[in-house]
Amino acid sequence: MAKDNSRLVNILFQVGAIFIALVFTTLVMFIAGAPPFRTYAELVRGALGNFKLMADVVVAWVPLLLSTSGLLITFSAGLWNIGVEGQITIGAIFTTGVLRLLQDSGLPPFLIISLSILAGMIGGALWAALAGALKTFGGVNEIFGGLGLNFVATSLTIWLIFGPWKRPGVGSMSGTQPFPESLWLPMIPGFRLSIWTVILAAIAIVIIYYLLKGTYFGLKLKAVGNNMRSAYLLGIPTWQYMMFSFILCGVFAGLAGAIQVTAVYHRLIPAISSGYGFLGLMVGMLINYQALWVVPVALFFAALNIGSIQLPIVLKLDSSLSGVIQGSMVLFVLLMDGFRRQFSIKWLRRGDGE
Amino acid sequence: MDVELHQIYKTFGTVQANIGIDLVIKGGTIQGILGENGAGKSTLMKILSGFIQADAGEIYLNGKKVTIESPSDAIRHGIGMLHQDPLDFPPMQVIDNFLIGHAGGLFPDRQKARKAFIQLCDQFGFNLRPDAYVDSLTVGERQQLEIVRLLWLGVEILILDEPTTGISAIQKSKLFSALRKLAAEGKAIIFVSHKLEDVEELCTKVAVLRRGKLVGEMTAPYDTNALVEMMFGRMINLEGKSCAEPGDPILELREVCIEDHRLRIEQVNLCIRAGEVIGMAGMEGSGQDLLLKVCAGLIHPVHGKILIKGKDRTGVSYLGLKKEGVAYMPASRLEEGLIAGLTIAEHGILADDPEGIFINRDAALSAALRRIENFSIRGKPETRVEALSGGNQQRTLLALLREPLSLLLLEHPTRGLDIESTIYIWKRLKERCNQGTSILFISPDLEEILQYSDRIIVFYSGKVSPLLETSKTNIEQLGQLIGGKGWDEVFREQEIP
Repeated sequence: MAKDNSRLVNILFQVGAIFIALVFTTLVMFIAGAPPFRTYAELVRGALGNFKLMADVVVAWVPLLLSTSGLLITFSAGLWNIGVEGQITIGAIFTTGVLRLLQDSGLPPFLIISLSILAGMIGGALWAALAGALKTFGGVNEIFGGLGLNFVATSLTIWLIFGPWKRPGVGSMSGTQPFPESLWLPMIPGFRLSIWTVILAAIAIVIIYYLLKGTYFGLKLKAVGNNMRSAYLLGIPTWQYMMFSFILCGVFAGLAGAIQVTAVYHRLIPAISSGYGFLGLMVGMLINYQALWVVPVALFFAALNIGSIQLPIVLKLDSSLSGVIQGSMVLFVLLMDGFRRQFSIKWLRRGDGE
Repeated sequence: MDVELHQIYKTFGTVQANIGIDLVIKGGTIQGILGENGAGKSTLMKILSGFIQADAGEIYLNGKKVTIESPSDAIRHGIGMLHQDPLDFPPMQVIDNFLIGHAGGLFPDRQKARKAFIQLCDQFGFNLRPDAYVDSLTVGERQQLEIVRLLWLGVEILILDEPTTGISAIQKSKLFSALRKLAAEGKAIIFVSHKLEDVEELCTKVAVLRRGKLVGEMTAPYDTNALVEMMFGRMINLEGKSCAEPGDPILELREVCIEDHRLRIEQVNLCIRAGEVIGMAGMEGSGQDLLLKVCAGLIHPVHGKILIKGKDRTGVSYLGLKKEGVAYMPASRLEEGLIAGLTIAEHGILADDPEGIFINRDAALSAALRRIENFSIRGKPETRVEALSGGNQQRTLLALLREPLSLLLLEHPTRGLDIESTIYIWKRLKERCNQGTSILFISPDLEEILQYSDRIIVFYSGKVSPLLETSKTNIEQLGQLIGGKGWDEVFREQEIP
């Protein structure tokens, strides 16, 4: 009885939060001088207007889903892996490196692509391990360590693009020399989407779901995340688990980076991570770390990203409007969650008094 | 200033911390508040100093009724509290700490503050340099800083919570003379302690709290035995013990020395045999918890040797000792023992640590149901531990202990349990002893210690008594030892045979 009640209250608070977020966004549109209804309509049309756009949404969905999946592991262990952006970037760098190294080797393209993706995963894992080592052995909070490593990763990208890996002639912000089409993940004809990426994403989310829900590893990770001291006293080697969760998250982030190179940009560009790491953090917070919800919520966020691309052209609005919606949604959901907790504590107390 | 507490009530969940306490403290007196852990001393003082609010009751200052809603509110009324752990800012300078909390607008007048600080320090013979950094001070000096700070804020009623823990004898006598001076100026001093010795030396009047109630008051000179009886209550009859003949040594400590930031325990020698139950008595923080953690491998001794089953295990980590059958059960259930957010069944899985990758839900469920039945936990396998009552959390903790074990280290094993559950739990523990498990446990309850231990160790400010045969001691002796009295006799008796 009490349980049903509290579930209903939860849903009410969450629906309320999304409603407030929409009201807030509408307010922002008014201030920006944009007609709200038309803007919303354009957002929907921009994301779902035709099959090509829908495919683009999926293209954005895959790396977002991968980075969020990885983040669910570190979230479970109670870690704020802000460094996920850098892990995506390093993944992309490793992938690009292997592709460059092997593109003239005469090996079959399938093998080269597979190796490069594997390299991306290793790169992401190494970068994450660095953040983990800084935390475990150096006492550097993972938020600060990750943030610092993000900057290093970005600088490394820029240096590579303008230095050792620059295009023949002169380096350019548009990135390194694109790879030949034989080294792209095969695309669906007429679309920018590769079905292979969707398969990889699907595998990733299934792994994460079972890892967190059904394995001893996942349970121990959750134990470490919820109470490190108790977990240690119950016999779990806590720092090893934290380290391992970093590395696993890095694998997924690196895979996202590898896909950005092999399936989306076909080269290394300065903003290769496209902000999917930070967006993944937001998705993780929004879904309250429930693995299954990653799929629809990441899709929704991807749709917002794609839908807003048109806004500057059609309505002379900045495309950062999608960020306003995403950000305010996370903010209000968290805020309402805080209210709900206070509310339920008061409610419980009143229950006790009677 | 006179303080009057009238019918103070405070409940935390199901625990009644203060039950109708009436207390009058006149200006110019040093009022001692005695009581064992959990007697309600701290709660009462926190209510007076504004940290928490009473559920019911009134506070009168100089006959005028006041409501105190926060610590700064208390300061405005002239009530200041010196906490057991100094609430200062170690990376800052003494003089900055002194200024904190003082009303003085955006730009504090440092010159004036410095003058006042030096003057106050001189008055009490405190040797504090205003420019020193707080983290270079000893606990005693930090106390002195806190006292002058509170006095500068115009405090008329000074509450001190266990102030003599962790300070040297010289600092203690300095503190006491300062407190006497303040009382002579007409200030009311409230001295919360469990140290009989200190209370008897300093206080003009003592109030004893037990289980939330004010059980008695006494003025100097004191009858120590009467105080002990008030603090711990009368003895209940003891049932005979049925314990297996002690076997081979399980745990040996040889000249172990332990240190933390406030205590130093010297030269502990100890041998516990299979099947023995050893009770550790002493006020919280007297060193027994440190010794237990050393045996568990959670902290390592400064020097000395630890042997488990005759093998040197000094420096082996907690997880390493756990594999060898040493189990540790912490006192703070939700902080150290259980994991909020996880269910009883999930705790069982973590404790059993089964082989494999995928969780066997059916096995976990039946294991959880078995635990729930065996320990009569009021909860379901899918109940999250934070939703359990304190007593049921305690049972869950006990249910998580593995079998078989060679050494069981327990902090407050029956805290929050009623008498029947306590008897039941001890029956289960004794069964383990019959199978050869040794138990070393801490309890604040002397009756429990006398009832279930074969031998007893008493702790007082890092001093460790020799092992006392339970049959040759009694609650009066233990009570005195806990309060710091009668130590010489114990050591002398030990030397005679």
